Amino acid sequence: MVPLSYYLILGGILFACGVTGFLIKRNIITIFMSIELMLNGVNLSFVAFAAQWHALQGQVFVFFVMVVAAAEAAVGLAIIISVFRTRETLNVDQVNLLKL
Amino acid sequence: MFHLIIFSVFGLVCVAGAVNLLVQRHPINSALSLVVVMGSLAVEYLLLGAEFVAAVQVIVYAGAIMVLFVFVIMLLNAGEEERTQGSRVALLLGIPGMLVGSILIAWVVLYHSGTGAVAIGALPGPPKTLGWLLFHDFLLPFEVTSILVLIAIMGAVVLAARPEKREG
Repeated sequence: MVPLSYYLILGGILFACGVTGFLIKRNIITIFMSIELMLNGVNLSFVAFAAQWHALQGQVFVFFVMVVAAAEAAVGLAIIISVFRTRETLNVDQVNLLKL
Repeated sequence: MFHLIIFSVFGLVCVAGAVNLLVQRHPINSALSLVVVMGSLAVEYLLLGAEFVAAVQVIVYAGAIMVLFVFVIMLLNAGEEERTQGSRVALLLGIPGMLVGSILIAWVVLYHSGTGAVAIGALPGPPKTLGWLLFHDFLLPFEVTSILVLIAIMGAVVLAARPEKREG
């Protein structure tokens, strides 16, 4: 038997790592990976709470989160390719103009 | 005891991968440590009994999404990231604030959340039951999700396509 709070804290640590990466990283692809890390932390707490309440709806919700993550990754990476094509850089500090 | 040992080992691997993602400077190293995080998270799902979620985690996350990431990193020939000077206010206020906040959250979750302990394989999530839920209780969200994926595919194709040269 493991206390459920350990799972929640592991999810929290992952989420915190994701937030930190989102703030300190300068490469746009790594920032994107930090967002995936945050989504994974949330998924872990979904599954943990599903086990706590004996409700499978929590596990179904993980699928929806995964679908949103997949859609977001596809569109986001396409945007990154498009940004790289016009700016020739992946550094977010140099992508500071809306207009070309 | 066995549960706690497996949980701790893969939890540590998970956190180590997450920290490595932050420390590494080359995006391909970060992507590979994210694969480690997702693989060990799949084991944590298995410990909670969510077998189908664990399989989907490996197939979709560690498989499809990370392949997309690695593909884009290689396509764009991404090099090491340049470090820039962060703001000093963020260092002075952000780190103590983050520590206080995380200790508070951990304290509440550990002692005052009213959650019990879970046994190994606490809530089995076999594909049959999950599929029944997905196609009965969650049918409308499921269909909306399919439209979302369709829009995402079209958006990705439009955004990543080479801009056509105008004639004349």
